[in-house]
Amino acid sequence: MNRFTFNKAGNIADAFSSQQQSDFSKFIAGGTNLLDLMKENVERPDHLTDINALPFQEIGMNEDGGLRLGALVTNADTAYHPEVEKRYPLISHAILAGASPQLRNKATNGGNLLQRTRCYYFYDTALPCNKRKPGSGCGALQGFNRIHAIFGTSDHCIATHPSDFCVALAALGARVNVTGPSGERTIEFEDFHRLPEDTPEKDTNLHPGELVTSIDLPEYGFHENYKYLKIRDRASYAFALVSVAAGLKINDGKIEDVRIALGGVAHKPWRNKEAENMLKGTTPEKSAFEQAADLILKDARGFGHNDFKIILAKRAIVKTLSEALNS
Amino acid sequence: MEQATLLGTHESTAIKLSINGKDHSLNVEPWVVLLDALREYLSLTGTKKGCDHGQCGACTVLINGKRINSCLTLAVMHEGDEITTIEGIGSSDNLHPLQQAFIDHDAFQCGYCTPGQICSAIGLLSENKVKTTADIRELMSGNLCRCGAYQNIVAAIKQVKGNIAE
Ligand SMILES: Cc1cc2nc3c(=O)[nH]c(=O)nc-3n(C[C@H](O)[C@H](O)[C@H](O)COP(=O)(O)OP(=O)(O)OC[C@H]3O[C@@H](n4cnc5c(N)ncnc54)[C@H](O)[C@@H]3O)c2cc1C
Ligand code: SF4
Ligand code: FES
Ligand code: FES
Repeated sequence: MNRFTFNKAGNIADAFSSQQQSDFSKFIAGGTNLLDLMKENVERPDHLTDINALPFQEIGMNEDGGLRLGALVTNADTAYHPEVEKRYPLISHAILAGASPQLRNKATNGGNLLQRTRCYYFYDTALPCNKRKPGSGCGALQGFNRIHAIFGTSDHCIATHPSDFCVALAALGARVNVTGPSGERTIEFEDFHRLPEDTPEKDTNLHPGELVTSIDLPEYGFHENYKYLKIRDRASYAFALVSVAAGLKINDGKIEDVRIALGGVAHKPWRNKEAENMLKGTTPEKSAFEQAADLILKDARGFGHNDFKIILAKRAIVKTLSEALNS
Repeated sequence: MEQATLLGTHESTAIKLSINGKDHSLNVEPWVVLLDALREYLSLTGTKKGCDHGQCGACTVLINGKRINSCLTLAVMHEGDEITTIEGIGSSDNLHPLQQAFIDHDAFQCGYCTPGQICSAIGLLSENKVKTTADIRELMSGNLCRCGAYQNIVAAIKQVKGNIAE
């Protein structure tokens, strides 16, 4: 780990001013991703601002009937919160499918959104990686790419976003509240993470120095028919090769609303509204789910080692929707 | 991101950590993780370093009663917290029920993962989410055992937890 200076921000203004001292400073929340990357010399901040005392600590009701998840609430406290368990079980299940109990006790909601890819080339400073070192090339493109993306890739980067929580947030259509030196704003979840294009060093549309303060869940949480399916190399404590978050709202035997978001397959949680719209108004049955899966996978492209994800994702979508229907 | 020129000074700071009910004063640089502070600065070597990356659970300690990985948190971030390590759990003539259960079930071979397993299991029991043996397996998945004593570790935790379904 490189040397750095450290301070604890007592309030938001404090956090901004301590960050403005250098272009290479970072916020630290749970530290479970940042310190891991610092130990590998992948992240080399010269200053850390501890944001754990900032007032983003609560889960509470919003005026529109939705729920607000504070950025500093831990993943564990979020997953086991009674309102989340009752109204947004998809969120609970997705969080509990990720990491380990120890990590979830430390990992925060804001940090989870901003965790970086697990691409092996990104982690190895001896190898090329455009995300870590812009212009150095993408090691994965012609290298080992078993865990890499099949949607929304570019010639510059084929990494995936590793979060489970974010897949459920994408499915529900959450919003991210942020604050920065130039004010507050709200970002739709689908606009929060970005595709790599020719600037893979940028994971999200958060501006430098901005803080995530909370995440808003919409009023309806698909609590009746939902499923989070995570497929990985071992049964627990591993990142997703493919994951699917699905919610169905059934009315009079027809699909009134449906959400399908995929994890482990792109630089951001992957949602295809065309496929969701195709399902709306139809009878929920396997053949319809298969058509939707075909439509979603139409855009997929493998890079050799990860070709298996295309057929795996297709089957996972059908299985997840079927299980959501019967849940 | 490439690193800028170093900013400011990096002097060690005097901090106070409350560990197993006792206050410890020490000087640490900001980059010292809690695991290293315990082992290298305070000679509390019961907590083990396995992977140093949050992947094995050997470094598990309890912070305010909650289990976490001490390798992925900075010592300077834990002033004011109540830290419990294996040294604070039971004693040779008065074992914690989990320690006794690990002996009863032969739940270790080399013993390297054991302090982390026991701290993690204490956290698990206080979280109170276990209904089945499968839940124990899932909720202890953050602790690896290279010797593969898993069956006996699960049996030991089951003994303390009391009767539960498969
Ligand atoms: C072994 C291991 C296995 C894991 N498995 C999984 C898994 O299966 N699924 C999964 O989803 N995750 C997994 N994780 C990742 C884990 O969920 C993340 O490390 C965690 O969510 C990050 O949260 P944190 O609070 O610790 O973030 P930190 O490490 O503190 O911060 C991460 C980044 O976010 C920034 N940041 C943090 N909070 C804010 C904020 N409020 N505003 C602005 N910037 C902020 C920091 O500056 C930093 O750049 C795993 C991690 C490990 C180590
Ligand atoms: S896929 Fe992205 S993160 Fe991985 S080596 Fe290529 S540029 Fe780096
Ligand atoms: S040493 Fe901390 S988890 Fe392995
Ligand atoms: S007893 Fe040897 S690693 Fe678990």
